[in-house]
Amino acid sequence: MRYLDDVVTLRLDAAKCNGCRMCLTVCPHNVFRMEDKRAVLQTRDACMECGACMLNCAAGALTVRSGVGCASGIINGILRGTDACCDNTSSGCC
Amino acid sequence: MSNSPNDDVHKARSTPKPEPVSCGCSGPACCESVAESGPPVSRRTATEPIPVGTTLKLRDHLGALAARWGIGRMSFIVEPGLYAIGEPDSASPVLVSANYKLTFDRVRSQLGGRNAWLLVLDTKGINVWCAAGKGTFGTDELVHRLQITALADRVEHRRLIVPQLGATGVCAHEVRQRSGFKVYFGPVCARDLPLFIDSDLKCTPEMRRVRFPVRERVVLIPIEIVGGLRIMILAALALVVLAGLGRDGYSLTRVWGTGLRSALLLIATFLTGASLVPLLLPWLPGRAFAVKGAWTGAFAAAAVGWLAYSQPGLLGSPVMAVAWLLFIPTAMSFTGMNYTGASTYTSLSGVIKEMKVAVPLQIGFAGAAALLWLAGLFTT
Repeated sequence: MRYLDDVVTLRLDAAKCNGCRMCLTVCPHNVFRMEDKRAVLQTRDACMECGACMLNCAAGALTVRSGVGCASGIINGILRGTDACCDNTSSGCC
Repeated sequence: MSNSPNDDVHKARSTPKPEPVSCGCSGPACCESVAESGPPVSRRTATEPIPVGTTLKLRDHLGALAARWGIGRMSFIVEPGLYAIGEPDSASPVLVSANYKLTFDRVRSQLGGRNAWLLVLDTKGINVWCAAGKGTFGTDELVHRLQITALADRVEHRRLIVPQLGATGVCAHEVRQRSGFKVYFGPVCARDLPLFIDSDLKCTPEMRRVRFPVRERVVLIPIEIVGGLRIMILAALALVVLAGLGRDGYSLTRVWGTGLRSALLLIATFLTGASLVPLLLPWLPGRAFAVKGAWTGAFAAAAVGWLAYSQPGLLGSPVMAVAWLLFIPTAMSFTGMNYTGASTYTSLSGVIKEMKVAVPLQIGFAGAAALLWLAGLFTT
């Protein structure tokens, strides 16, 4: 299953990569692979912008506008004038 | 997780203070800031580990079933803190999890016959992945929970097994700086935990991948239905009441005829869309979920149209029939689009992109369908 192509905001600054492989560990969609002891993007379009790689990149080589790809959350956010917030079926949210 | 598209996320991410969870919900179970909630007040002393078994009982299964249907879902929680599985000692592994009971049960049920510590974070009853996205399953809460449970005094090693999907909220190098504990990101699924522990905290590549098999898609259908049902029933009631209108004044015959049929068709459209889109997801044409939903609706509308053709008058007047043939794909497109949040592979950027195109079309078609339906009342 693949989502839309050419939309994600994931960027990898290869010059900053220290080859720690942490992005390969945390990525749930196998977006990265190692090449010459540095991480490279192998399937960028598979990225779901969860932000795990950016948060865990000690070298600061990764940037992504992270968020939840959730239409009802976005609609709720617009209706309430807040950040995106997932559906709240009963008392809570998200 | 900060969801504002314009945020400089990198900056926001590196700020160590607790992220305010300001999602604007009115619900009391949500939207408390991490700092405000603090450690839960407990009858036990904060550092006393709570013994817990690894066999799920009927009550656990029933609770999980109810939660899947949205019954007591926000109170299906366990107390955050340190749990003892078996008889853990200072060398036993430490696993970190969330205080959603469905999550907690799934983790502990995989650890039969083992001795382990289970450190449960206060995620407000939300699962690991979603809570990590919100930041409640996060670095601050983990470091805080380590302190109040005095875990460093209980174990000699400094290894934490954190679920891989928690990495959206847990920054491993920051945890190490602040607590001395080294984070080992474990497998995506709890069922791989025994293998992970036995193979020296190493995952196979397969254990790191998130999939979305039919079983996982189907189990989410009830909550999608429950989530939308209230507004659907209200809309159906509105159709029943409106159906009485007409050139000849208000007609109860139409309320029971057109009104009831319309209400049932509306509910059926919603239930069909909410079930078929998740079920058929990989095989539906298109990548955008709004498109997948629209195709589901197109097939459904074709079936309804055929029924109406073979049984004239089933959908009311011809104008009304057109209204329904417009409405069904539109409604299912919307239902499909809303399933993005439940799926495991949609990105915020992608969802925004598809919504920019889909939502105006959905509003336009739904509006046209509503007008035609109303017009149908006055042309019979």
